[in-house]
Amino acid sequence: MTEKATPDFLAGYRDAKLVKGVLDEIHQRVTHPWALMEICGGQTHAIMQYGLDQLLPKEIELVHGPGCPVCVTSLELIDQALWIARQPDVIFTSFGDMLRVPGSEGDLFSVRASGGQVRVVYSPLDAVNIARENPDNEVVFFAIGFETTAPANAMAVIQAEKLGLENFSILPANVLVPPALHAILASPDNRIQGFLAAGHVCTVMGYWEYPPIAEQYQTPIAVTGFEPLDLVNGILQTVEMLEEGRAEVENAYPRAVTYEGNQSAQKLIDRVFKPVDRNWRGIGTIPKSGYGLREDYQAFDATQRFDTGRIQTEESKICIAGQVLRGLKKPSECPAFGTLCTPQSPLGAPMVSSEGACAAYYHYGRKKQ
Amino acid sequence: MTRENIEPIQMQGPVCPIPHRHTDTIVIGHGSGGQMTHDLVQNIFKSRIGNAVLAEGNDAARLTLKGQTEQIAVSTDSHVVSPLFFPGGDIGRLAVCGTVNDVAMLGATPVFLTAGFILEEGFPMDSLIMIIDSMAEACQEANVQIVAGDTKVVEKGKADGVFINTAGFGLIPQGRTIGGQFAQPGDAVLISGSLGDHGIAVLQARGDLGFESDIQSDITPLNHMIGELLEKIPEVHVLRDPTRGGLATTLKEIACQSQVSIRLQEESIPIKPDVRIACEMLGFDPLYLANEGKVIVILPAEKAEAALETLRTSPYGTMATRIGAVFSEDPEQVLLQTPFGTTRILDMLSGEILPRIC
Repeated sequence: MTEKATPDFLAGYRDAKLVKGVLDEIHQRVTHPWALMEICGGQTHAIMQYGLDQLLPKEIELVHGPGCPVCVTSLELIDQALWIARQPDVIFTSFGDMLRVPGSEGDLFSVRASGGQVRVVYSPLDAVNIARENPDNEVVFFAIGFETTAPANAMAVIQAEKLGLENFSILPANVLVPPALHAILASPDNRIQGFLAAGHVCTVMGYWEYPPIAEQYQTPIAVTGFEPLDLVNGILQTVEMLEEGRAEVENAYPRAVTYEGNQSAQKLIDRVFKPVDRNWRGIGTIPKSGYGLREDYQAFDATQRFDTGRIQTEESKICIAGQVLRGLKKPSECPAFGTLCTPQSPLGAPMVSSEGACAAYYHYGRKKQ
Repeated sequence: MTRENIEPIQMQGPVCPIPHRHTDTIVIGHGSGGQMTHDLVQNIFKSRIGNAVLAEGNDAARLTLKGQTEQIAVSTDSHVVSPLFFPGGDIGRLAVCGTVNDVAMLGATPVFLTAGFILEEGFPMDSLIMIIDSMAEACQEANVQIVAGDTKVVEKGKADGVFINTAGFGLIPQGRTIGGQFAQPGDAVLISGSLGDHGIAVLQARGDLGFESDIQSDITPLNHMIGELLEKIPEVHVLRDPTRGGLATTLKEIACQSQVSIRLQEESIPIKPDVRIACEMLGFDPLYLANEGKVIVILPAEKAEAALETLRTSPYGTMATRIGAVFSEDPEQVLLQTPFGTTRILDMLSGEILPRIC
């Protein structure tokens, strides 16, 4: 472990001098080429926004992980969302990012343009309030996100139950990080040697799930935050573990993350949700990689209320989004990147979300290589 | 998950469908002021009703009347902000200032406005009076008169309270050529104050932020400040107010019009701490948020300090700052130099982040 500077809140975590000090250390420690994956799309964005990749030694390659819930939500789920949103009595509520994600035909913006009631909310509890204020409408919340959003999604269900709201339901779409790590590491073409675990997910879940993964696949993991100093610290700790041949889990985001995580949030999740198999866009079905509602709360399941199980769509093969999400290719290696595929006319979901790796490359100026 | 129940996963090949391009219907993003608006204007409007004046692509049109030496500047702007009243202003003040500023961006002195109202059945008369009083006050501040108007009423539900269109007319002093196409390599880029205040103030007034702040909209008529600037420093090449689409989109437009690149120093760009924090919580980039009382000034570098001094004497320009420079390399690019010594490209706003902010 290296001794870390403890800077002032936020501004200090962007201090160019402190960041440069850690970068110098990374340059000194690296002797081998290493491929590291930052799991969370928020981390990808910060790396591109601050241009941190331009400052790393050439030996270190950052590959962008599947940690953008918008990007990995399956086409099938989006088609189900679009179908529900088109129903005349439905007010469909969602985080803003989901509105542009393409389904087989159109997106939530097109549903809204053709008269559907689609509303952007900043919290699932806002959707519960909408349900309370509109007793004659069915109000559905698109419950996307990793473990980070799961407690609030669970809280919305509990709140709706408490209020006796019969017109509220969620379309369960939460996905989980550890099963995705298994899927990436067990894949025959995996080339990831170390992970920067997603700090916000770990704020909720802790990192007790990670040591067995690090050990099983002999791959070190550093729990990493989102500010420039957090990111370079996470990279440094991962590089140190790799250079020293240690496949361990370290916490490079201790100001927010504990080993156990937020246990009351975990209890809340466990009360409402159970792990279910989930289809990931570009990856396929990963066992027990999503949250579905437990039996006690099935009344709040939009897939049952609207019988969306019959809507099943296959993904077509157009762009290399799948390989980008799996860290096999960089966005700039896609033949369509920046030409056929731009944020205005995206061919793939990673170009759509503000957390998507392709959008990050596009916005922060990565040209075709 | 334990070791036993892990099966190697056969991952799929390349995936993702082609999304909707939104070329068949209008969606909210067409009003963003960013790339979608730009495409709509190019592909639908300019291709059908284009002409040499429209092709200049500035905030106002520059017109020469037969036999007259003075040119006139004409601009029009519709206002659909929601909510109608927000910290620092309302739709009435916005409708006057927005058009006054567009006219002023050609270096013109705004003189006359017209105002057209679309009112929704059931709209409270008291609210209308407040809006018109606010327009009167803004007209007095800007020293312009509303000389023609129109009123239409639509059925309940066919509009949202009130929509206001204003048009503005101003005189361009002889010999003055200011426009987005005149940025020169070697010029300095200035901004008259902090960015993003209006966008956040309106969003906050909608009450869906879940937190409160003291952020006020910056709506201001800029014509007096600009008049004083041009009187002292007539060498200004470009004036542009970074409204919808924000600083980044506006500079991108200028870089394209003038066939130059613009490099910004991220640290020098003024953003109030409250706005920065709100942006971080909501995932917005303040460089893409709307402003209604700020002006970008591009002028020869040797005049930059004098221009800043003049701007800072105005109550609307106290935070005026030099934020970048114009170059001939990489035309059409806007590049942001980060405090880490790295560079990123700023493009036009894509999609819609905050609908109906003006």
